[in-house]
Amino acid sequence: MNAITPDIVAEHGLSAEEYERVKTAMGREPNITELGIFSVMWSEHCSYKSSRRHLAKLPTEAPWVICGPGENAGVIDIGDGQAAIFKMESHNHPSYIEPYQGAATGVGGILRDVFTMGARPVANMNALRFGSPDHPKTKHLVSGVVAGIGGYGNCVGVPTIGGECDFHPAYNGNILVNAMTVGVAEQDKIFYSAAAGIGNPVVYVGSKTGRDGIHGATMASAEFAEDSEEKRPTVQVGDPFTEKLLIEACLELMASDAIVAIQDMGAAGLTSSSVEMASKGEVGLELDLDQVPQRETGMTAYEMMLSESQERMLMVLRPGAEEEAHAVFRKWDLDFAVIGKVTDTKHLTLRHHGNVVADIPVPPLVEDAPNYDRPHVPTPANPDIASVPDPDNVEDALLTLLACPDLASKRWIWEQYDHMVMGDTVGRPGGDAGMVRVHGTDKGLAVTTDVNPRYCKADPVEGGKQAVAETYRNISATGATPLAITNCLNFGNPEKPEIMGQFVGCIEGMAEACAALDYPVISGNVSLYNETNGQAILPTPAIGGVGLIGDIDQRVGVAYGDGETLIMVGESAGHLGQSLYLREILDSEDGPSPRVDLQAERRHGEFVRDLITQSLLTASHDVSGGGLLVAVAEMAMAAVIGASLDIDTTAGSLFGEDQARYVVATTNADAVLAKAEAAGVTASILGTTGGDTLKISGSDAISVATLSETNEHWLPDYMATP
Amino acid sequence: MKAGVIVFPGSNCDRDAAVAIERVCGTKPVMVWHGDSDLPQLDLIVIPGGFSYGDYLRAGAMAGKSPVMREVIERAKQGTRVLGICNGFQVLTETGILPGALMRNASLKFVCRDVRMRAEQTDSPFTNKFGQNEEISIPVAHHDGNYFADEDTLDALEDNGQVAFRYHNDNPNGSQRDIAGIFNRRKTVLGMMPHPERVIGDELGGTDGVKIFESLVAAL
Amino acid sequence: MKARVHVTLKNGVLDPQGKAIQHTLESLGFDGVEDVRQGKFLELEIAETDPVAAEAAVKDMCEKLLANTVIENYDIELVE
Repeated sequence: MNAITPDIVAEHGLSAEEYERVKTAMGREPNITELGIFSVMWSEHCSYKSSRRHLAKLPTEAPWVICGPGENAGVIDIGDGQAAIFKMESHNHPSYIEPYQGAATGVGGILRDVFTMGARPVANMNALRFGSPDHPKTKHLVSGVVAGIGGYGNCVGVPTIGGECDFHPAYNGNILVNAMTVGVAEQDKIFYSAAAGIGNPVVYVGSKTGRDGIHGATMASAEFAEDSEEKRPTVQVGDPFTEKLLIEACLELMASDAIVAIQDMGAAGLTSSSVEMASKGEVGLELDLDQVPQRETGMTAYEMMLSESQERMLMVLRPGAEEEAHAVFRKWDLDFAVIGKVTDTKHLTLRHHGNVVADIPVPPLVEDAPNYDRPHVPTPANPDIASVPDPDNVEDALLTLLACPDLASKRWIWEQYDHMVMGDTVGRPGGDAGMVRVHGTDKGLAVTTDVNPRYCKADPVEGGKQAVAETYRNISATGATPLAITNCLNFGNPEKPEIMGQFVGCIEGMAEACAALDYPVISGNVSLYNETNGQAILPTPAIGGVGLIGDIDQRVGVAYGDGETLIMVGESAGHLGQSLYLREILDSEDGPSPRVDLQAERRHGEFVRDLITQSLLTASHDVSGGGLLVAVAEMAMAAVIGASLDIDTTAGSLFGEDQARYVVATTNADAVLAKAEAAGVTASILGTTGGDTLKISGSDAISVATLSETNEHWLPDYMATP
Repeated sequence: MKAGVIVFPGSNCDRDAAVAIERVCGTKPVMVWHGDSDLPQLDLIVIPGGFSYGDYLRAGAMAGKSPVMREVIERAKQGTRVLGICNGFQVLTETGILPGALMRNASLKFVCRDVRMRAEQTDSPFTNKFGQNEEISIPVAHHDGNYFADEDTLDALEDNGQVAFRYHNDNPNGSQRDIAGIFNRRKTVLGMMPHPERVIGDELGGTDGVKIFESLVAAL
Repeated sequence: MKARVHVTLKNGVLDPQGKAIQHTLESLGFDGVEDVRQGKFLELEIAETDPVAAEAAVKDMCEKLLANTVIENYDIELVE
């Protein structure tokens, strides 16, 4: 066996100090297979070594939380003995290197996290960040990522009901592909990963193991250098057809009582799944690698343990259930192999060709993983901006904003996703939150993903709050009650104190918002080292929120009717720092982020939901990027009906990005205003709907058709040019 | 109406089709696993949408050769009504029950959206509830819906009244003569790219799919 | 023996993928590419050792599954 040299240790991404810890944990020098296992388990991706102590600050509990962070996905109670299970995860680095497969396997991985727990996946979402549209790689990346997400999600037959897509030069060298899946399970049929029952069989199911993606987890934890395109062979290839079979086979087997524990093989494949199962169950596992279904010949123990071949699961079965389980997997044409058993040794013991090739005590492998308190410095506050000139021409400013890459319609993207399969999509993409009916019931799950990375850069604490608050608003705007979030925390190199400061600040803001809104974090993922040549991405803590509406017939969308009154809920202070108006019209990314008043967010959200429950609203829309006028224009475009507004035409009033605001439409303005007054909520009439133009306080009218054309054209035109 | 929905590995609109049939017709269809050798007596066989065998090789190619399809072909010959939706349409052309082929969309991209079309024939068991040339909107969701046949075949389809649905100023895939769905010669088999089972209630964004299932019940 | 099968679209059948490839080649500055037709390549490992029988078997496979003869042509090459 080769001796472990410092070079080998460094190639595995472990520091000399970390290697000393490995030796202490082992009580001896590890062999190469053992070193490989430690290196993936102690990678940033698996061990959260830079983020763990900060993540602990996030609120994770509420009476409706069934399972918080730590399992494959989080679980909440949605009534009637049912549970919603969800998580969001990043696949940033693989998607940059090979956009189609990177994005596709990202979707596959997050789907597995959810159905592993016994849930049928019912909705997918994605949050995408690309570099500047002018960057030579951007178009290729957009095209590949969208095709990959569609290629996988469409084939497995889970609707992709929404998401977000922004562009910023800070992502030129590191795009972000964050995928979220929501599933529904019966509460008495939720499956966890803790192995149990000494002597119980350990079973491998799914696709065969090949040499793909070896060291993906360590790749995901390393900063990019320019030559990273050379790393292409480590990107895994997805097989959505097999995934679809795996979903059906697992759910079929889960209907029986054959499964004791189950874990998907995600990043670091067989290693992380077996270690997780042993560690959670406080047991040992003994695996015979000769029994692992293999796609290639001559694979070593090292390669098998580190392979990231997709569409595989590890299960512990009830003794004697092997035949029953095998029959299900045979029916679905999937590999099935008993590869080991549960032991009482608390060791992960691997045999290959009759020899013990690794023997690692699991508790130190998991518990002694590094846990760093990285130095961090708070982001200095941005100075206020000087007074901002009002627009020369309101119509032109509005059209400029509607055509800007961040606000332009993303129809070109979501029409490539099957958003209707499963027959329960009652809120299609393009609105505030997507919504799926819980199959066979009148309940609906509202799902959204949000974050404003520019806000987070300028002020991580307020930005972290705002990301959580915006998902809360988007869900509330449909009438659903926000219940819990998942997060995908994308940052630069945590070894830099200012980046670590962004991370710590965002967590602090998120924690405050979750606590104030009764809106805990139940799952999540951290992606660090999103830097190329020292250039970090914007801090991007993407939040995925899930809410519940008891009766989907009560939900409202953003399209208002004819002859209604438009009312703004909340107050405009005219905050323009970090606004899209500032960036798109005045070419500046200056100023502080808008402050988030969490009490107002909660009060206004509850108020809007009450109005919807009382059937007082016909439409409702949150006010976010682009401000009030953009929000109204989006409603007009969705309705294909105009509106006449009588509002202050200062830049701050029209385009300010003050938080905690909604635009609602009603046929009973008196009742809405009376209720607002009673609730102590500021509500003001903006105007009335009707006609086919948008008229703003005496300015020239713009036809709704022109708004739509402007808003719809940017992305298809951009993608069509070579 | 006794209906059966064929389930292939990779089918993913099988449940949607079953829900639509039950909602419109009142009775639950039987789900027939592709590996099951015996097909019960049925009034309607549905080949649902999805990605049978992953759409590998060609969409519908592998499913078209499966044992259950041999039985479906037999039943179709005997006059049992067969409805192929999306991937089901692809399977039907692959077996030769319906002429032509479904090629990659002209845009080369997957497309999922509502599409305007017209019901061109009202004298079939699938379309008797529609008015002549009634304009409807039904969503599509496919990568390979670009209908191709040679000119003679296309002319014959037109002459025989076999074009069931035609995209109306809204061709999403480049299909020839805007064809969205076709019948066999006897109009006992219908293959269509749009998904009628997705528009069976206002909460889903439309009800234009209902009439196809109502037509089938009326034609019994 | 190995059989290599090339499946291509018949002449006259529009090939949007080929068109797109041609277009992209042009935009990359490769002039003079007059047409691109894309297709599939399959490599089969077969037990049959008699070339005539092998060719017949593979032809049957093409007709029944590997090619859709409504739109595609195929062409078989046997390699020892």
